[in-house]
Amino acid sequence: MSDKPENAPEHCPGTTSEEAGKASSCEGCPNQKICTSGALRAPDPDIEKVKERMANIKHKILVLSGKGGVGKSTFSAHLARGLSCDESRQIALLDIDICGPSIPRMVGLEGEQVHQSGSGWSPVYVEDNLAVMSVGFLLASPDDAVIWRGPKKNGLIKQFLRDVDWGEVDYLVVDTPPGTSDEHISIVQYLSCTHVDGAVVITTPQEVSLLDVRKEINFCRKVKLPIIGIVENMSGFVCPKCKTESKIFPPTTGGAEKMATDMNVPFLGKLPLDPRIGRCCDEGKSFLAELPDSPAAVAYTEIIEKIILHCG
Amino acid sequence: MLQLEDQDIHQCTQGWVPVFTDSSQTLAVMSIGFLLNNRDDAVVWRGPKKNAMIKQFIEDVSWGERDYLIIDTPPGTSDEHITVVENLRHRENVDGAVLVTTPQAVSVGDVRRELAFCRKTGVRVLGIIENMSGFVCPHCKECTNVFSSGGGEALAIETGVPFLGCIPLDPALGQSLETGTKYTEAFPQSSTTDSIFNIINKLTSVNIS
Repeated sequence: MSDKPENAPEHCPGTTSEEAGKASSCEGCPNQKICTSGALRAPDPDIEKVKERMANIKHKILVLSGKGGVGKSTFSAHLARGLSCDESRQIALLDIDICGPSIPRMVGLEGEQVHQSGSGWSPVYVEDNLAVMSVGFLLASPDDAVIWRGPKKNGLIKQFLRDVDWGEVDYLVVDTPPGTSDEHISIVQYLSCTHVDGAVVITTPQEVSLLDVRKEINFCRKVKLPIIGIVENMSGFVCPKCKTESKIFPPTTGGAEKMATDMNVPFLGKLPLDPRIGRCCDEGKSFLAELPDSPAAVAYTEIIEKIILHCG
Repeated sequence: MLQLEDQDIHQCTQGWVPVFTDSSQTLAVMSIGFLLNNRDDAVVWRGPKKNAMIKQFIEDVSWGERDYLIIDTPPGTSDEHITVVENLRHRENVDGAVLVTTPQAVSVGDVRRELAFCRKTGVRVLGIIENMSGFVCPHCKECTNVFSSGGGEALAIETGVPFLGCIPLDPALGQSLETGTKYTEAFPQSSTTDSIFNIINKLTSVNIS
């Protein structure tokens, strides 16, 4: 990550350089005073605290997508649910979609609030072994808009990582908003002090979505985030009446499997469009528990097994 | 979606020249997509850099005389949304916002927040559109509510905001956007085309005062 701020002059020596604030190019820079104070060269104490918290978490998985509306949060919620089916595992689900926190509703925790304890913020528990944190739990009403620019969102993400007392956790699943911006740069930056198993990238079959997934893959490569694999969501719909399959989101350029091959990343599997998945999310229920024998639940389970295998 | 991927932006004395979809120049387009060297390049920018780009788009693009400017935004209520409202406010007022949702509660929940954003920033809500509203099986014509149903309309009624209409889940529409065909010209008789034009008629007849 560059240590040249966005508003720095062209020949900025970098905020962590010995010349920070003192070089000729620093004249007139709005950051000059803070750079000369030496504050930016000191290691961020929060990062040490994040490192301590994360030391209790064995595996960390980011769920990303380039595009909105492809089912990232649905996947994150069900990945966490699926992992927690084994009661010997402790699972944590962190929602860093600050402006669009869907996780509380999807796991049936809408309206719950976060509590402070001596050891930090207590996450909200869905099951004994599944804990959740989201900005949704900090809002007075689920309808409240979080109208924040990047820096404030980054601050909250850091606070989540620093202050939430998850305890000993086997898997931390991080749900993100779509894109490659503040939230994504920040989560990677703050977790750079620990081991991250990798990212699962969600897409739908059409080129319009794949276009953004390729960008997301290039983001992962740029920030050296391993890619666990690609999941193709909404991959075909079976009519409940005549049982014929329709490709509602046509894979005009070969779909995610071909793209994964082209980009040399693992393909984890396809998830069909099942109206009951959306209904379960709306009602805060686990689709995997409600309809365990459905083709979609079987597909979910197979993908989750592959993710567990990757994490080792 | 408009089959303009290989186009470049040029400068003129008045500013940046937008990309036109055809020689009639009826539809002019600007996007950061035109500034990328490679379509797979990720734009890994924090808020301030995105804000600067948006400001430049608003101030420096020489659109010429236009009847409508449509601004497509990413999901959320963050930098892009705050910046575009702030910058347009300085030049001319935003006529309003169209909010798009899918029918299920999870999506409607996000649109509620978007409504709160519009209220807080003084942006008039022209209406709500419920997209992906039902899928008619091409084989047996059975309609399935793949993403639930009615959420968008219910929200509009609840919040006193106009309901502009539903657009069904139509694979041909998705296909058209992938291949750059004009869907409403290729399928003039479809119910999807009817839905789209009904919405456009409602929007263009809105009294902007």
